[in-house]
Amino acid sequence: MSRIEVKNVTKKFGAVTALDDVSVTIEENKIYGLLGRNGAGKSTLLSIITNRVFPTSGEVLIDGEPVLENDRVLGKVYCMSEQPLYPESMRIKEVFKWTREFYPDMDMDYALALADKFALSTRKRLKSLSTGYTSIYKIIVALACNAPVLLLDEPVLGLDANFRDVFYRELIARYSEQPRTVVISTHLIEEAADVVEHVLIINNGRIILDDSTQNVLAAGCTVTGPAALVDEYVAGRRVLGSDTLGGIKSVYLLGLPDAPAPAGVELSRMKLQSLFIHLTNA
Amino acid sequence: MEVDFSADVPIFLQVAEMIENAVLSGALQEDEQAPSTTEISVRCKINPATALKGITKLVDEGVLYKKRGLGMYVAKGARQKILEKRQRQFYEKYMQPLLHEAKKLELSYEQLAEMLRRGYTP
Repeated sequence: MSRIEVKNVTKKFGAVTALDDVSVTIEENKIYGLLGRNGAGKSTLLSIITNRVFPTSGEVLIDGEPVLENDRVLGKVYCMSEQPLYPESMRIKEVFKWTREFYPDMDMDYALALADKFALSTRKRLKSLSTGYTSIYKIIVALACNAPVLLLDEPVLGLDANFRDVFYRELIARYSEQPRTVVISTHLIEEAADVVEHVLIINNGRIILDDSTQNVLAAGCTVTGPAALVDEYVAGRRVLGSDTLGGIKSVYLLGLPDAPAPAGVELSRMKLQSLFIHLTNA
Repeated sequence: MEVDFSADVPIFLQVAEMIENAVLSGALQEDEQAPSTTEISVRCKINPATALKGITKLVDEGVLYKKRGLGMYVAKGARQKILEKRQRQFYEKYMQPLLHEAKKLELSYEQLAEMLRRGYTP
């Protein structure tokens, strides 16, 4: 079991409200995509789930138990984030060893095999690592620690295209062997779009979308054609935004119109990234 | 099996179609083992649940069958089944958009027929 319930969580930093009455349930053994613009509240939410930051109000439950100062429950969660968890003079192999102290199910052989795949020498010290390799060692620990809940905050930060590819393949392979609850927060949306089963979009501290990837992708569409025809066709629909080029207008919709498009008007699906941009632009 | 999924069709349908194409081309023979859900999801970098949904669709349609403890196999007669299904879908999937574009370009019936004659050598 590894289900997370965030209940009416509000977090204020002085006058700034980072999270505004957020309630969301993260079902077990699914891969979630947590998407949001810079400063939207993604990292704050993940930090609150792992008790690194305390909410101003509200609470987080994992398998029905509050996470607040609850080491037993927090032991089920591994959160990879930008904040370093280890002293920077530590060597990679020591990081692996120490992680096992906190996560006894840590798979050392797998961690070493992954280090090999990413061409990371385990004798290196953390402070000598580039941005990309700093992400890589954290990815290795996250994938190998065998925690039933993985929270990955910007896991591919600084990774080249090849290593991002390795990361997603390893994540999927690991997940298929041993399903677990995964939350990935990333700005490289298209790369994650096919991997995540469920999408959460957070904007200005509020969850504005919480649905299966399939439903989200089915709902987003672009209507393109002569402006007058397009406007008539989309009347009464939830319009997210529009662009005009000459007399041609594109309107971005959430929810397909019931009627078939009139002649001269084209309908096309929106990719997750476009949908995200239009939803969070306002 | 590097696939670039399009946004217009749900991924699980594209997964099913990819396997159907392998059967149609003979890359995957009847009674041969089909790729597993894990193989598909890792290779295509998609969620395993999506890959499973694609496989399940093919099982429901009698293209694949499950051998207990061994995995998914291509059913006997699968190629014929896929062929018939795709032929049924051909008009809607290919002719309709073709006709739509042809009309937009004001191509006459004769012009279209001429193109068909030029391009089609059985």
